[in-house]
Amino acid sequence: MQGLVPTATDGNMATEFHNLQELRHSASLANKVFIQRDYSEGTTCKFQTKFPSELESRIERTLFEDTVKTLNNYYAEAEKIGGQSYLEGCLACATAYLIFLCMETRYEKVLKKIAKYIQEQNEKIYAPRGLLITDPIERGMRVIEISIYEDRGSSGSSSGSSSVSGSTAR
Amino acid sequence: MHLGVSESMRECEYSQISTRSSTPMETPYKKRTPKKRKWEAFPGRNKFYCDGRIMMAKQTGVFYLTLVLILVTCGLFFTFDCPYLAQQLTPIIPVIGGVLFLFVLGTLLRTSFSDPGVLPRATSDEAADLERQIDVANGSTGYRPPPRTKEVVINGQTVKLKYCFTCKIFRPPRASHCSLCDNCVERFDHHCPWVGNCVGRRNYRFFYMFILSLSFLTIFIFAFVITHIILSSHRNGFLKALKDSPASVLEVVVCFFSVWSIVGLSGFHTYLISSNQTTNEDIKGSWSSKRGKDNYNPYSHGNIFTNCCAALCGPLPPSLIDRRGFVQSDTPQLASPTNGITMYGATQSQQSHMCDQDQCIQSTKFVLQAAATPLLQQQSSEPVILTASPENGVSLPGRTSLALGGPCTSLPLGQPTPPTSTPSLSCHEATDMLPIHGHTHNHSHPLQEPVAHHHFLTPEEVPSPPGMLHCGSPLGHSHTVQAGFYNPASQDSLHEDSVRGLVKLSSV
Repeated sequence: MQGLVPTATDGNMATEFHNLQELRHSASLANKVFIQRDYSEGTTCKFQTKFPSELESRIERTLFEDTVKTLNNYYAEAEKIGGQSYLEGCLACATAYLIFLCMETRYEKVLKKIAKYIQEQNEKIYAPRGLLITDPIERGMRVIEISIYEDRGSSGSSSGSSSVSGSTAR
Repeated sequence: MHLGVSESMRECEYSQISTRSSTPMETPYKKRTPKKRKWEAFPGRNKFYCDGRIMMAKQTGVFYLTLVLILVTCGLFFTFDCPYLAQQLTPIIPVIGGVLFLFVLGTLLRTSFSDPGVLPRATSDEAADLERQIDVANGSTGYRPPPRTKEVVINGQTVKLKYCFTCKIFRPPRASHCSLCDNCVERFDHHCPWVGNCVGRRNYRFFYMFILSLSFLTIFIFAFVITHIILSSHRNGFLKALKDSPASVLEVVVCFFSVWSIVGLSGFHTYLISSNQTTNEDIKGSWSSKRGKDNYNPYSHGNIFTNCCAALCGPLPPSLIDRRGFVQSDTPQLASPTNGITMYGATQSQQSHMCDQDQCIQSTKFVLQAAATPLLQQQSSEPVILTASPENGVSLPGRTSLALGGPCTSLPLGQPTPPTSTPSLSCHEATDMLPIHGHTHNHSHPLQEPVAHHHFLTPEEVPSPPGMLHCGSPLGHSHTVQAGFYNPASQDSLHEDSVRGLVKLSSV
């Protein structure tokens, strides 16, 4: 299990997870876990915080739950109905929605914040553990897709890759 | 040859580290083919204009009728009635009329051209994952399970979420599938032919503004045309007044009929907004107290004012379908194309413990076909298997027990070329859990051989066996591997053996 910061002693692992794109090239995609939406509070965007069993060996429960809870908070902020959203709505209506040609909606601003947050989480926490979170907006806000990568070349990996190549070497 | 494979694997490991930072979601877009925008590959029945900026339903005839009616009536009003009214009464009348007209047109176009809140269809990985969960839950009987529903408790009220077979998702609450546009739409209200689009979460407020302002405009024009005729007839007599401005007659007729329908509709939607219901829900009586004493609307905010504000002034969610984005052809899927076939074999492992009976029968056919085809004709990655020399004289029947032991696994379920690999993968994926029961009582002795055969010869099914395509789930790509979590190591020996068996078979 990798620490948060890949150290020099980790050898291949460190260099391979140096960059998230590198993660894709050097590791093979083993599985995907989908965190579904939680509709208990209505149609507002909220994801289930239930810890999937596939991630048990890959990441600490608290880290995962923190990520999902923070995302839920961001979405709640985006969809909040209150003074600011009313103001924005009325202003937009008064200008026949032309104001959105020059200004971003509050929702879009929060979505940008979310994208940044996810990238940061990926780089700091998930990539070193061979995981990758896909922004829910790319999946129609239906799921948080977490890709689980098996490292190809590392000897410490539990995937069968090294043993497979061994088996065919006859 | 096997060396070649592991070398290529090693090559990938040591590929150059890219120092350019990029978001995890971006993949370098290779310009192999002309750039295709996502709207061009959109699966629904929508029409797109202005390079994806405008989105409408397929049938737009009635929309043009609406436009023509509004433009003609207003045009006639401004040309024939306004000069008289401006002179006789006040010039403010044309001004107000103009403002109303522009507002109506603006909201109409906004309603018609925007994305109503279409939910993008599930990716193949998502769909496969859902299918698996459903099969686990159902215990899958038969090939086509009964309509799938999921129950959810929302604010104390039990709501059933339906599974959409077209979009392969469980529809969120209040979403519905529009059969005309062939899309699932969030907070689906209705499909309005007058507007030429669905009315859903993202354009409901524009729709409401449109019908509200149109009712004001209709009443306005109606009132002032009548005023014009009356004033004119005081001077010149009724008939002469009518002869002087024949357009007014037309306007009156149009407005008269419109007022009843449009004003009625506005009133109805005002009621819907204040109670936070959709047309769909109201028609079905979903939250009506007639259904039960405890039946209430879980989405309502409690009071009329909040409901109205939320519907009209709430935050406007962005479009989920990204019409103008470019199609990314190299998104990593679970059936990764860069894996060698051996990799597949190991990581795939027990994709599914058992095969679908249907699939096994199909594969028996292919086995018999393939037996006539020499292995050497297969693709370049095949040699990996070919070089495994049959060291023990392992006979096929003997192998079957082994194959059953780690059922339907050993040999790569995928084929060397990923596109063709997916059908069989998906079939296995879907029938993953079910099989243990099905297998034992559906398949007895006779299956043992087919099972083995099937797996030994799967790679030869590269010419996409059609039978594989409709196995358990109608999916394209599916995920490959739960295998990471099973123990692939034990499968390797099976793999070796099956490879040997395969070669043995080919030599027959």
